[in-house]
Amino acid sequence: MEKENFTISVYTENNIGLLNRISAIFLKRHINLDSMTASQSEIKDVFRFTIAIKVTEEQVKKIVGQIEKQIEVIKAFYHKEDDIIYQETALFKVASKLLFEERQIQNVIKNSNANIVTVTPEFFVLEKTGRRREVDALYRKLEPYGLMQFVRSGRIAVTKEKMHISKLLESFAEETV
Amino acid sequence: METQTQTIKKKTDKVTERMTGAESVIRCLLAEGVDLVYGYPGGAIMPVYDELFKYQDQLHHVLTRHEQGATHAAQGYARASGKVGVAIATSGPGATNFVTGIADAQIDSTPMVCITGQVGSHLLGSDAFQETDIIGISTPITKWNHQVTKAEDIPTVLAKAFYIARSGRPGPVLIDITKDAQFGALDFSYSKCKGVRSYKPVPKTDPKSLEKAAELINKAQKPMIVFGQGVILGEAEEELKNFIEKSGIPSAWTILGLSALPTAHPLNVGMVGMHGNYGPNKLTNECDLLLAIGMRFDDRVTGNLETYAKQAKVIHFEIDPAEIDKNVKADVAVMGNVKDTLSRLFSLIKPNTHESWLKKFKDYDVIEYDKVIKEELFPSKEGLSMGEVLRGINQETKGDAIIVSDVGQHQMIACRYAKFTKSKSNVTSGGLGTMGFALPAAIGAKMGAPEREVVAIIGDGGYQMTIQELGTIFQTGVPVKIVVLNNDFLGMVRQWQQLFFDKRYASTEMVNPDFVKIAEGYHIQSTKVTERAHLQDAIAEMIASDKPYFLEVCVEKENNVFPMIPTGASVSDIRLE
Repeated sequence: MEKENFTISVYTENNIGLLNRISAIFLKRHINLDSMTASQSEIKDVFRFTIAIKVTEEQVKKIVGQIEKQIEVIKAFYHKEDDIIYQETALFKVASKLLFEERQIQNVIKNSNANIVTVTPEFFVLEKTGRRREVDALYRKLEPYGLMQFVRSGRIAVTKEKMHISKLLESFAEETV
Repeated sequence: METQTQTIKKKTDKVTERMTGAESVIRCLLAEGVDLVYGYPGGAIMPVYDELFKYQDQLHHVLTRHEQGATHAAQGYARASGKVGVAIATSGPGATNFVTGIADAQIDSTPMVCITGQVGSHLLGSDAFQETDIIGISTPITKWNHQVTKAEDIPTVLAKAFYIARSGRPGPVLIDITKDAQFGALDFSYSKCKGVRSYKPVPKTDPKSLEKAAELINKAQKPMIVFGQGVILGEAEEELKNFIEKSGIPSAWTILGLSALPTAHPLNVGMVGMHGNYGPNKLTNECDLLLAIGMRFDDRVTGNLETYAKQAKVIHFEIDPAEIDKNVKADVAVMGNVKDTLSRLFSLIKPNTHESWLKKFKDYDVIEYDKVIKEELFPSKEGLSMGEVLRGINQETKGDAIIVSDVGQHQMIACRYAKFTKSKSNVTSGGLGTMGFALPAAIGAKMGAPEREVVAIIGDGGYQMTIQELGTIFQTGVPVKIVVLNNDFLGMVRQWQQLFFDKRYASTEMVNPDFVKIAEGYHIQSTKVTERAHLQDAIAEMIASDKPYFLEVCVEKENNVFPMIPTGASVSDIRLE
């Protein structure tokens, strides 16, 4: 079976130690994560982990089973690339003087759909949100001019179809009211 | 309308009592029906021990000689009684000494609650004396774990701990309680945990899966059952027996399934796996339907997965959804507790006998008897065999004893040859293969089932890993019978060295102490047998004793356990020699 990119969504209780418990599942199987992000979900006190990995579908099924088995995991799903809307954000810190010395950089910025977050006499910060290849493309264009700093977030994703979690979560939401 | 008593009861339920966190730990244990705990005191757990002192009339504490012993004793107690085992230790090394027992309980699905003390919450993360991150350490090997830093959280957390440990697929839970939480005060009231919203202990059974299973069973010509510990944990022994007898399906067992069905049952065809019986291993690759009941297709059971039962349809009866398709793909997955699913399936299946198919197992039994069993049980050589010791024990106990085995050759011999009439009688470290398990586990087993005879079968290697628990036996007087099968070798490793490493016996030869003298040092009655002529009398004397008893049997040094499926080979490539 071919390896492909999968995104895993995990809905959990908001408990200390759960991150460790989930990451241990990957560690035990010697699987490296492409990225992992965690945040509050649409339901109060319910957390959502978004994990991006490249494995076979058979592997991802088993991993999701193991994740869901954890007591404080409410539900876990895996998605293929076509099932989700996904984005990641990157910040580029660039020396301000380049704007004047390297006029071409202005066109790069204009064509990139990136936002300028801040400008100081020494540096400016560009924010680019999009798919990985879009961020990569901008990186390749700016890199030759010299980047003072570059950082990229993990993938975040929502599904196109409804996830079966909704009803379950609604019942939780009612309980907590 | 409520009666007056009900109203009063309702009110009193809500009445709280002011007490310390440490006292509330004891009260929680009592409320969960715990009357026996294993443990070892130390700095960070001292407030709880102080309360154990005050409550000693209601809650008996057994002081083991090492924290590892406390976990294995709690496991033995749980496996023999079906109840949750409890172990208590201090922080730091006390907690880390729990790790092996917890890992063992996790892989063998044993319900256990471990309570550890922790440094004061203001010291967390400061590398304080005896501080260790036991939550981090125990995360991959617990069903659930939690650190308590406030006294008022203790009752709800412990209620949850017991609920999680015993429900669904059981497992170990570790609760780490900081010293300030033990000293702190709370208004105590206890209500048992009835559910955790993110946790479904028993998955729903799809009625269609039962119909599909029944259809496959009813048309199968050569069906075979492999049952595991799920039957014992689900208390489904009667349902299994009824199901087997109606369907007439030959039934084999995994090492942890042993004793769920009496060994003498005509449809019991023996053990599967690496040192299992010839017939069930061979015929796994000939059956047309494989029913896996409460088992998880461990690699020691399946051998090479690429050649495992490929010709058969597979029905997997399982409580843990993560086990489905994990190692072997199931054509039908019957989710739920096997007690429930087997009894529902009973009415859907047609009576059958499968006589000619069953005869195939019996034919293989004859081959195995001639090539392996006969010499093991009735050796022609002068040296004693492990098998004849088991035969002698069977003769004295009539299959009524709980056999606790350690890990290695003697374990395989014990599981192959011990006779059982009752369930919950085979206590062994199956998944983790923990040497040193048997001696403390036997202590727990005897305390969990005091009316039963408990015989520990241990090798000379594993015995010395937890030999200090003789002190626990001496102090408590718990009448366990200890049999050390001494071949002056780490026998199983030596066997592999002989077969696969050209007899290079690297670090497997043991220079052993005088075991009898050691036992005598603990005032335990002891005997050493070196000749066949004295064996049966010694076993008889041991079983007749109502006190702890130590029996060392010096067995043939370089005997091997057969049959054997070499690692990575197919189950049908099982070797008889």
